[in-house]
Amino acid sequence: MQLQSMYQDIILDHYRNPHHKGLRDPFDAEVHHVNPVCGDEVTLRVTLKDVNGEPVVEDVSYDSLGCSISQASASVMTDLVIGKPVAEAMTISQAFLELMQSKGSRVDGEPHEDVLEDAMAFAGVSKYPARIKCALLGWMAWKDATARAMEEAQ
Amino acid sequence: MSSVHLDVEAIRADFPALARKVRNDKPLIYLDSGATSQKPVQVLDAEREFYERHNSAAHRGTHLLGEEATDVYEGARGKVAAFLNAGPDEVVFTKNATEAINLVAYAMSGPGRLRVQPGDEILITEMEHHANLVPWQQLCERTGATLRWLNVTPEGRLDLDRLDSMITGRTRIVAVTHQSNVTGTIPPVAEIARAAHEKGALVLADAAQSVPHQPVDVAALDVDFLAFSAHKMLGPYGIGVLFGRGELLEAMPPFLTGGSMIEVVRMEGSTFLPPPQRFEPGVPAVAEAAGLAAAVDYLNALGMDNVAAHEESLTAHALDVLREINGVRILGPDTTKDRGGAVAFELEDVHPHDVGQVLDELGIAVRTGHHCAWPLHRALGVQASTRATFYVYNTHDEVDALADGIRHAQRFFRAG
Repeated sequence: MQLQSMYQDIILDHYRNPHHKGLRDPFDAEVHHVNPVCGDEVTLRVTLKDVNGEPVVEDVSYDSLGCSISQASASVMTDLVIGKPVAEAMTISQAFLELMQSKGSRVDGEPHEDVLEDAMAFAGVSKYPARIKCALLGWMAWKDATARAMEEAQ
Repeated sequence: MSSVHLDVEAIRADFPALARKVRNDKPLIYLDSGATSQKPVQVLDAEREFYERHNSAAHRGTHLLGEEATDVYEGARGKVAAFLNAGPDEVVFTKNATEAINLVAYAMSGPGRLRVQPGDEILITEMEHHANLVPWQQLCERTGATLRWLNVTPEGRLDLDRLDSMITGRTRIVAVTHQSNVTGTIPPVAEIARAAHEKGALVLADAAQSVPHQPVDVAALDVDFLAFSAHKMLGPYGIGVLFGRGELLEAMPPFLTGGSMIEVVRMEGSTFLPPPQRFEPGVPAVAEAAGLAAAVDYLNALGMDNVAAHEESLTAHALDVLREINGVRILGPDTTKDRGGAVAFELEDVHPHDVGQVLDELGIAVRTGHHCAWPLHRALGVQASTRATFYVYNTHDEVDALADGIRHAQRFFRAG
């Protein structure tokens, strides 16, 4: 059955025990994103720090309502971007977007695998167009909040 | 498979889409007719026949095909009018119910006696589909009128205790659903119309979920306007209906303008045709009208009383079997009294999207999310829901399959 290929154990684990969930202070930027189709929503905060002149993601905290895919995806995202330089985190975010747009054509071992780590578990989701927005909700909120935090810093 | 009221087996044979195998080679169980119904071959044939034999622009041209196209289009209008117990000139073809409601809302900010003034009030309800909510918000923004609304009870009924005080001397129109697309609730539209008319307010019924599923008589309801879409009643996309009382349509300015709706055009200005043509600019959607007429014939042959009784039986069964599942909370009334065949529910600890995904794997098509009724979900204290909707081709076995699927989703997400 295909259900297991979409809802991989990694996804269900993150869904049941989300990482970094809950809103924390202080923060540099906060955004609120919704999926108008289903009403799923996320409030997400980003804190950046300067490391030798380069912005680095210090913390990402969030509060969200939504399905297993959107919840797990946000959790995996925080694992992948916290502690990374913003430029590198943006590359990961781009790789995830490409994975979601791949219509299920990506296979394990492709170049994206090393940057996406646990997020590769979402490859199966890309076969279901209706669910791609769920998987992207947290990532898009992070990208938006980070861009705003960068603007603030300038 | 036949029920007391309908020969469901024979009906299903008319719907090619219902014979499809879907995910994992499962037979399709289509429980999403509230979003759009499937179409019988009779409707598809009517469109095809128009294109193959009569295709031509209605209301213009002096050739035979043009005459035939006009006959098909006006014939469809007559058929729809009879179906609603309205006069043919009171039936305006639109793109869909949404456009029909917008037509009225724009007439109420245009020139003429329907024009809304600052301080006037528009009364709607918390139960509305966005199509019967956003156009009124926008009308208020354009005119300075005030939007007011009736609340829903926790059971998903309209709270009519304050109806008399909510309709005031300044209320210009009361716009209310005739059947909720989420809870199935059927508000007492005739009673609301009586109260509105006593205060001189107009009444519009959003009948997108009622005309396909129960007998609707605009004279008995005593509404001034009524809107619905063909695609939810076995007909094609792209055509809907606005019923409007003749003298009101007469008083209304045009909405969309251009060819076909004018009387005389000069460079300095134009005059317009009487209704319904005043509201039908451009070359009309004749093939779609032919499809809608075939859908009306199909429903008439079944009998709308039988359609309603069949759906009531399915709904009663769904309420019974869903209630038995631990963790299911049904939104809306828990009996079939004044309730149509939309059964939306919440499943404890499993998000509707995930319920829908599991059901899809089993070949069961439902709707998940807020179903374009966000304020109603908020009022009922839920973020989103899963919704099953029934029609003439659904069976009790399909309702049982839905219940099994819900249990499957529960096991899948609770495990581990």
